[in-house]
Amino acid sequence: MAEETPWQQALTYANRANPYPFYAELRKTPVSRQPDGSYVVSTYREIVTLLQDPRVSSDLRNRPQAAAAEPMSEPTTAYVRAPSVLTMDPPDHDRVRRALMRHFGPPHAPDLVSSQEPEIQRIVASLLDNCKGKTRIDAVDAFAYPLPVTVICEVLGVPREDAPRFHAWIEAVMDAMDLGPEAASAEQQHRRELGHQGFQQLEEYMTGLVDRYARQPGPGMLSAMVNDRADERLAPGELVSNAMLLLFAGHETTVNLIAHSVLTLLRHPDALAQLRRRPALIVPGVEEFLRFESSVQFWPGRTALADIEIAETTIPKGAPIILVYASGNRDPHRFTNPDAVDLARANNEHLGYSHGIHLCFGGPLARLEVQVAVGEFVRRVENPRLVVDPPPYRRNQVFRGPRHVLVDIDGIRD
Amino acid sequence: MRTREAFIAAVHALVEEFKTSGRIVIVGASLAGLRAAEALRAEGFRGHLTIIGDEPYEPYDRPPLSKQVLEGWVPADHTTLPHQRAIDAEWRLGVAATGLDRAAKVVRLANGEEVPYDRLLIATGVRARPWFHPAEAALDGVFTIRTRDDAAGLQQALAAGPARVLIIGAGFIGSEVASVCRELGLAVTVVERGPAPLVGALGGVIGAIAAAMQRDHGVDLRTGVGVTSLVGDAGGHVRRAQLSDGSTVDADVVVASLGSIRNTEWLEGAGLAAGRWGVGCDAGCRAFDINGVVTDSIYVAGDIARSPHVLYEYQFLAMEHWDNAVVGAEVAAHNMVSLEPDRWAHLLLPGFWSGQFGVNIKSVGVPPFGDEIVFTQGSITERRFAAAYGRRGRLVAAVTFNHGKWLPYYAALIERSAPFPPPPPGFDQPGDMQPVPAEFPDPSVPTAMPEVVLTGHDPSERRAEVRAPRR
Repeated sequence: MAEETPWQQALTYANRANPYPFYAELRKTPVSRQPDGSYVVSTYREIVTLLQDPRVSSDLRNRPQAAAAEPMSEPTTAYVRAPSVLTMDPPDHDRVRRALMRHFGPPHAPDLVSSQEPEIQRIVASLLDNCKGKTRIDAVDAFAYPLPVTVICEVLGVPREDAPRFHAWIEAVMDAMDLGPEAASAEQQHRRELGHQGFQQLEEYMTGLVDRYARQPGPGMLSAMVNDRADERLAPGELVSNAMLLLFAGHETTVNLIAHSVLTLLRHPDALAQLRRRPALIVPGVEEFLRFESSVQFWPGRTALADIEIAETTIPKGAPIILVYASGNRDPHRFTNPDAVDLARANNEHLGYSHGIHLCFGGPLARLEVQVAVGEFVRRVENPRLVVDPPPYRRNQVFRGPRHVLVDIDGIRD
Repeated sequence: MRTREAFIAAVHALVEEFKTSGRIVIVGASLAGLRAAEALRAEGFRGHLTIIGDEPYEPYDRPPLSKQVLEGWVPADHTTLPHQRAIDAEWRLGVAATGLDRAAKVVRLANGEEVPYDRLLIATGVRARPWFHPAEAALDGVFTIRTRDDAAGLQQALAAGPARVLIIGAGFIGSEVASVCRELGLAVTVVERGPAPLVGALGGVIGAIAAAMQRDHGVDLRTGVGVTSLVGDAGGHVRRAQLSDGSTVDADVVVASLGSIRNTEWLEGAGLAAGRWGVGCDAGCRAFDINGVVTDSIYVAGDIARSPHVLYEYQFLAMEHWDNAVVGAEVAAHNMVSLEPDRWAHLLLPGFWSGQFGVNIKSVGVPPFGDEIVFTQGSITERRFAAAYGRRGRLVAAVTFNHGKWLPYYAALIERSAPFPPPPPGFDQPGDMQPVPAEFPDPSVPTAMPEVVLTGHDPSERRAEVRAPRR
């Protein structure tokens, strides 16, 4: 077996807790061809350049030759018939994004995100209240997970009591994704099978929900989209695939960001102390956490539609392009002291929400949730100490996050 | 070596002393003046800071004045610019600067006072070009838009429900006002001397699209015609306009959107390179004197500044755009308290935006610098597209209609002097991707005699002088 490339090493599960040394190695070759013919892009400038280039496609149908051999690279499109906004190019992408945004943000729904704040405050308060009397908590299960899932259910109109079911399906889908050297193992093949089943169950569930709202309108975005009478409406298949995307992306990434924010603060006592002194730093602080531990580490779903000259390399037409946001976010040519946590970092134009036309749709909601959650955690939790470092990580390489973050605490302030 | 070190230490001590107790005067209390003041404090300037402005208001934001304010959505007095930090300045608002004495290093004010400076920032910007006939311009119902008061007055006039609004000049301001009028359900006639709206800024190809947008929205657009006179009623209110084609337009509100005049009159006699074209300065924002020699203590920022631009063959460009005011102010402020080699260059890629008829128009680069245009992305009929401007095989500018997220791509190409036309996109291609002439009006024909003449022979005597006005 040939020696593993830095990219393959970064993808290995054993390195999930700390892929950063391998990213640093990758950045020595900003655009590096992998043995499978894909091109890994690891430097900030080159990532941004390619995100802006209209010769780079997000539509996976543009690489038919790879589709069969490719491990599942995106949960919402690998098995579903209609692509989601995430894997579309203009003009269809623009049409679908507008149709979604009409129910999520300005100008048609300008208050949607900000109107969630009281509910977010209430949920965070009750989650921390629940930790009273305990000396050890899991910041993931007790804190990071329940908030985003409750909020996204509310926003979309997905019944909260269904969360245990769809959570299990999404977990299976997440664990099934492996783009690294361990993908071929029997163990991983089994996970792929479970992921496939999970995906189908989620799709059936979402189709049922959408059908129900078509018959009987209810609260939330899904019902509003199903019953939209605007000119630009989504076809039924588009609606289901985008609803799955919103449900999944609307909380999984936020769970990881909250967990990573807590983890990062516990590893950097100076930053924690600074945040205690100046709570307003939580606003730039969340951006720094997202730069430092990006919820979407990389995106493997782009394809060159022409020969593209970049960084003294030619990415040939048809080649898969993997944009490593988390590496760009640690690029010393863009960020001063990239491996340090600086809550007040200036010009922090990180790639944690990507960039360009696919800029994270739910970013404003995620920001609000994490600002409230982490701000309150810092204010209320007395003397938090990390129990296991590094904590155990989930398998998924793209949506990287800790499975548990055990924290010893002295108590919960009011 | 000791003397050299001592010399360097003395220079640094001087800079520190200036930062501690120097006097900086900023003339012009709008966006550039405010941002410069903030930047000076951020740079560690702790000395005396004076901000002089002829309007009685604290700095306010102008872009909403021709949009949200006229719609009645945002009151004109709700446009005050937020302060990014404490400035601790002496504000001299409501009193204009009327003169500059460079030998005495003082700014003269309209009330006769003199304000001394060690360093001066000129940020007096531009004003709206008034209707050429003063008596007609003074009729009730005739407006220009530049200031908060202008916008408040016009908003009231529009809210009163005039039978028809006449807009003279279809540049960005005129087109934006026409758009607001249609949103308010008002009948509106736009009269434009040129062949189409926006032609000066974006050329005739884009102008034709802008014209179609106006007409689709019910604007009575008349191009290739001028307004020759405005006629008032017995009460002194405008009622009618005479057009150069012999026709008339009845209107109760007239908006003269005829471009701008640079506020340089107060600099007459100061010996700076100041005139109709603005105030000449280097890319570090230092003003040139009338001979083209750079000054040490006078800086320029905002709409009034005109400096050579690396990307445009070092031509002197005035960039009357929002971000030019912000970035120019920051560069000027930095350079006012820094020595070489720590000085910055103001190398902004110009950019602007407009909102009209439901379309967000954005541009980067200098479109009139190009002579060809090519549609590169999207659909012209759906009015969502990107187009690139080229000059001699080089990409020099781009414009987007409802396609602004792609603009950074073109900005990066322009900054790299990428070839024109750019490579075709992989998706969402417009039908025709052949470059065509961009159809800008003929480049500026001199409209007046030069304002300066050269005198003297010996290098110590050779200089430029302002020509005596000929009557």
